[in-house]
Amino acid sequence: MAILINSEDRVLVQGITGREGRARTRLMRGYGTNVVAGVSPGHGGEEVEGVPVFDTVAAAAETEGELYASVVFVPGPAVKEAALEAFAAGVKLAVLVPDRVPIWDVLAIEAAARDAGARYVGPNTLGLLSVDKAVLGMVGGRAEAARQWFRPGPVGIASRSGGITSSLAYYLGRAGIGATTLIHVGGDPVIGTPLQDVVRMFQDDPETKAVVMFGEIGGSQEESVAELIAEGVVTKPVVAFVGGKAAKEGTRFSHAGAIVEGSRGTYEGKVGALREAGAVVVDDYDEVAEHTLGVLRDLGT
Amino acid sequence: MARLYEYQGKELLRSAGINVPPGRVARSAVEAGAVAEEIGGRVVLKAQVFVTGRAAAGGIQFAENAPAAERLAGRTMLGRPIKGQRCEMVLVERTVEIAREMYAAVIVDNAARRPVVLFSSVGGSGVEAIAAAHPEALVTTEVDPRCGLAAFEAREIARRAGLRGRELVGVADVIHKLYGVAAASEARAAEINPLVIASGGEVVAVDCRITVDDYAVFRHPELGVAVAREFDRPPTALDLIAYEVEKDDYRGTFYFVQLAEGFGRADRYVAFHGAGGGGSMMSMDAALAEGFRIANFCDTSGNPPASKVYRAARILLAQSNLVGYFGSGSGVASQEQFHSARGLVKAFREVGLDIPCVERLGGNQEERAIQILTQYTADLPAPIECYGKDTSARFCARRLRDLTETYDYAAAREKPVPPSHSSSYAFETVTQGTVSFDYSRCDSCASKVCVEECVPQILALEGDRPALNITPEEARRGRCSECLACEVECHARGNGGGKITLPIPGLEAYLKSRA
Repeated sequence: MAILINSEDRVLVQGITGREGRARTRLMRGYGTNVVAGVSPGHGGEEVEGVPVFDTVAAAAETEGELYASVVFVPGPAVKEAALEAFAAGVKLAVLVPDRVPIWDVLAIEAAARDAGARYVGPNTLGLLSVDKAVLGMVGGRAEAARQWFRPGPVGIASRSGGITSSLAYYLGRAGIGATTLIHVGGDPVIGTPLQDVVRMFQDDPETKAVVMFGEIGGSQEESVAELIAEGVVTKPVVAFVGGKAAKEGTRFSHAGAIVEGSRGTYEGKVGALREAGAVVVDDYDEVAEHTLGVLRDLGT
Repeated sequence: MARLYEYQGKELLRSAGINVPPGRVARSAVEAGAVAEEIGGRVVLKAQVFVTGRAAAGGIQFAENAPAAERLAGRTMLGRPIKGQRCEMVLVERTVEIAREMYAAVIVDNAARRPVVLFSSVGGSGVEAIAAAHPEALVTTEVDPRCGLAAFEAREIARRAGLRGRELVGVADVIHKLYGVAAASEARAAEINPLVIASGGEVVAVDCRITVDDYAVFRHPELGVAVAREFDRPPTALDLIAYEVEKDDYRGTFYFVQLAEGFGRADRYVAFHGAGGGGSMMSMDAALAEGFRIANFCDTSGNPPASKVYRAARILLAQSNLVGYFGSGSGVASQEQFHSARGLVKAFREVGLDIPCVERLGGNQEERAIQILTQYTADLPAPIECYGKDTSARFCARRLRDLTETYDYAAAREKPVPPSHSSSYAFETVTQGTVSFDYSRCDSCASKVCVEECVPQILALEGDRPALNITPEEARRGRCSECLACEVECHARGNGGGKITLPIPGLEAYLKSRA
């Protein structure tokens, strides 16, 4: 097991004929992802990396059968259209890689996903990778690199920073700690699968014994994770690092933000909430592996 | 988030049918007087600056007549700093007799992932505290963005907040229309505070603050946002130059913001070039811990083309009196780092880098990246070191400190002279760049490394000379990914016949004005 993606899951790539679409299809196929179709309007009938290309998602589903996940590589302003098309054709998981998706577009994607009973990761995500099984998005960049960097093991990795997702997995791996799935939840303020959702999924995954999480100042995802731990919903150990200690506090965009978020969002607030709930909060990024080793030792794994 | 000025927000409200006080913005004292004359009677002058607490800082003043308005605007507001921000415009409006102050807002709620309407029947300054003290007066409602806020839902909000009769109907109408404004302008937040019941009973928006989603600004030229980003100050000249580079190129991320200006060498400012937000934050912390100050924040990540990294580096290096150049991200980047290395090499060679540089280019193809960056810049005046994923940000910051402490900034240094170039063959790139070859050099080039190293493989030899193997139109539309190999690899390993010119609008003029 792992979360969200396994080697047999059937995957679509939207925007497959573009620069990123082509390069990441090579990565995904090379790593073992079951990419069965691609979509690029006007390019139906072509092939990319041996994957058949269709004009619409519906056409891909008609010919290739049910599609579980779609990885979207189209420019930000076109992401809404792509996601809605995927959900309409029955896709259950959309990974929205692009940056600069307008926020009201994300709200529309959210509404459509709720109706379709589907999930989305991102936008502005590097994607996710289940070690030695499959990758959705661009984690690792190249299949050879992904195989070298990430080793299988008992830790689930969730990060709000794309680069740190890989870096955490690599530095943990160097210390002998492998991972089940690593996921970058996305860098935008509104995202489909925030840290608390990921941690909950790791809780339900029998192979995952502990969670390592990279949080950041701003928003309320870390506080929500703390609540889940405090409520006993999450019982697996959580090792957390929160970035942005020295950064000057983010400018609040309005009074309304303050009314809604209250004291959430600050470094101290996040670290305090996580510590109080019982998470292991690491102050020095270079010591995350050491603390994770300690946690795993305590678990007897 | 791009902020709109109060007067811009009020124009949006007015065109949606929300009552705002009659008035206009003025950019000179004479104009302020003229607007006051048009309005007639007592007016309020409001400085158009992005700060809170304007009243206490002299940013809101009242005038009994037009001559007084002209005098006040000229002597105490225009051209003067209001809480550190220079006041360039004054909104002149008819005053409103206030009977009651309320608060209305539409925001995008990140956690709920929906638009949320907030309404409080008690409003005015310090609304956060008011909301906390009067929870019964505050109503929040999530909205399905596909349906919008129905008029009956707005009435229900007003009713739940305790309004009745004419007030209920009037306020509900404003809430309904405010939602329309927020959705149409793709606002991150649209606030009316205070929303006033005037002594005559009419509902008036007395102040308004709207911030627009940066990523949607391109769809709203009517809003006239120059730089789609929230600044706590007007953008600097370099911010504007960088934004022009960033806004039209969807390949990867480029984010630049200047954090300081006008510093001297003794202040120990470094140019910071990160990759990825999380890694950048930790890397900046590492630099701060070594006693540096950060001149700018810059992030090139998400697999940007080499050309974008090049332009970023050129913009960073346009800052004066830097002591060093520090590049460091997460350490294990998915993007192929030799692209970034080539972008840096081109920039460093063009300016003849004369400040120490430490780069941490860990990630895909890092060995190649390190080799390119260090070997191809070996003849530059300044020391340049490059590390990979197994070296920490802390170590790299320490190395930069060591280099800057022993470097003699005053020494005169020879900068390498670029090879002469006379274009024999050229084509354009997707960002208005030009790739050209000087065949007099190509003819005596044994390596033809440009063809071999071209990432999109769009060059082939015609006879003995490199040329496109696709149409120039295809190259211009993006098949040429601006990998810079035809220049950077050619100059290092070929005969110097390849050259790519990548315009950065405004940079030359900026450098001249500084010199």
